[in-house]
Amino acid sequence: MAFIEIRDISKSYGELSVIQRMTMSVEEHQVVCLIGPSGSGKSTLLRCINGLESIDSGEILVHGDRITGRGVDVNALRRDIGIVFQGYNLFPHMTVLQNVTLAPIQVLKQSREEAEARAMVLLKRIGLEHKAAEYPDRMSGGQQQRVAIVRALAMDPMVLLLDEITSALDPELVSEVLAIVRDLAHEGMTMLLATHEMGFAREVASKVCFLCDGSVYEEGPPEQIFGAPQRERTRSFVRSIREAKRI
Amino acid sequence: MSSPTQPSQPPQGAAGPTGRRLNIGGMPTAPMALWLTALAVVAVTVAGSWVTLAAARAALSANEFGGAWVDIAAGLLALASAWIIVPLVRAFRRCGEVRHAGTRKDMVAARVARSEARDQCWIAIGYAVTQLIVVLGFQFLLANNQMVAKTFFFAPLIWKTFPLVLKAFWINVEIFLIAEVLVLVWGLIVALATFAPGAAGKPLRFIATAYIDVFRSMPAVLVIYLVGFGIPLTGVPILKDLSLTTYVVIALTLTVGAYVAEIYRAGILSIHWSQTAAARSLGLSHMQTLRFVIVPQGIRQIIPPLLNAFIALQKDTALVNVVGVIDSFNQSMLIASNYYNLSAVTTVAILFIAISIPQTRFVERMMQRDRARMRAGGA
Repeated sequence: MAFIEIRDISKSYGELSVIQRMTMSVEEHQVVCLIGPSGSGKSTLLRCINGLESIDSGEILVHGDRITGRGVDVNALRRDIGIVFQGYNLFPHMTVLQNVTLAPIQVLKQSREEAEARAMVLLKRIGLEHKAAEYPDRMSGGQQQRVAIVRALAMDPMVLLLDEITSALDPELVSEVLAIVRDLAHEGMTMLLATHEMGFAREVASKVCFLCDGSVYEEGPPEQIFGAPQRERTRSFVRSIREAKRI
Repeated sequence: MSSPTQPSQPPQGAAGPTGRRLNIGGMPTAPMALWLTALAVVAVTVAGSWVTLAAARAALSANEFGGAWVDIAAGLLALASAWIIVPLVRAFRRCGEVRHAGTRKDMVAARVARSEARDQCWIAIGYAVTQLIVVLGFQFLLANNQMVAKTFFFAPLIWKTFPLVLKAFWINVEIFLIAEVLVLVWGLIVALATFAPGAAGKPLRFIATAYIDVFRSMPAVLVIYLVGFGIPLTGVPILKDLSLTTYVVIALTLTVGAYVAEIYRAGILSIHWSQTAAARSLGLSHMQTLRFVIVPQGIRQIIPPLLNAFIALQKDTALVNVVGVIDSFNQSMLIASNYYNLSAVTTVAILFIAISIPQTRFVERMMQRDRARMRAGGA
């Protein structure tokens, strides 16, 4: 039994079927990259794992425990599964420090001093401790996204879901964000990344899943997916990426 | 309007590769038609101003308000009302410059002069029209031997009854101060009820929405009447023995509360769902998300409409006279019926204006500071 088991899940929005009988597994400390064309279900899958979206059928298990369906305490689930969004979604009416400490104080019931001390350690790690009293709209996209990652890390999650976190960034800001992800990977954080950054996926992923038409079309180590794809659609996708010089 | 171009001469410089030339007009002429229009408007306005000033001065001296200071004031005002001739003169000089530049074939200078001439003409027209409106207003006041002015602005009566009206105005102030606080709280409760989650929340959502619909449709005066007269009639213990002012506060809270609940709702809904997604994803509950993330952001958005609702509430306090509370409006109506003159009512109007404008300015300044704080970041 893998750490995260996704069994035969389906999700549709009305007529539109976004995930169709998808099955996937993620081992502990593994970094899995999800790649694929738009609409292939990458973001939806991540949102189903942390309960932001509900699945229509199938189940998702973590350590053998079912985390989808009725009766699951989603608030408790979300303490252990963190997510970072493409649009950072920082709280604009709060400073950086307040953004990072809100959930540890209100959900984990840490004291303000403890939460702030831990937050400053994390901010220092990404080099943004001097921005602790700033409001998000005064910072660059790359800085905001790094704060968003730290905000998720402050909850000390077991799993980190990263939903195309560099897609909204200017190219020169992408590397500073990916540096943090690289560090987290080396530290053994279990991560699921939906990404277009193929070069990064190649470097950091233990497994790459190519999603197509709502299910896992092909999966394997990065050398296989990017170097020697076994199936036709994977080949044409990788070829088009290469032509667009993203790899 | 005058056309700015004569048949254009070919400008210097070679034509482009396609043989096409930029066409932004040739040598401009002086805007005489516009200037003559301005002249006409200014003439009418200055004439009207002086006629009105003369009539006002005559009216004042007929009412034994004459004397040197009235003449001096009239003279100064006459001078001031003639100020609009100044832009007209400037415009005339620029028109001359356009012609000179034309003879020198200096197109750039001509364009500049024409533009300035037109600007001055429009300034003259703009100020003149406004002045004319003010003058017409004064003509209305002076109509029928100054009866209009005397009916609404009879200074001796205003002076004499001011203390009485001011004292009654405190009733209005008291009512709206209490009602504002209650409305803020009650409106928020109702608004949050409309967001009660899940299947269990459905009846609550329904009842809250029904309340908002009902009380937004009923005129405030009706609710005041129903509550003020109706509740005592019901004989329900405790409720039947409250003071009239309390009934009025309850009625206003119920009515304005429905509006404010809608405002809160709009504010909460205006916050993008991604904020809720981010907050819930951190493990915050529905209520925690509302409390720490959504409502604080929503509040900032809704302060201008909230202020509008408050100003409406303050004005609605004048309706309490239907249940017999002696507020400033009621008091002024009593004075009016005693003296056959409405100047006391003017006093009430002035009092309401006097309290509204500072509030608007204060809120505007507060919003500016809040925006500046979020921009500056505190570093």
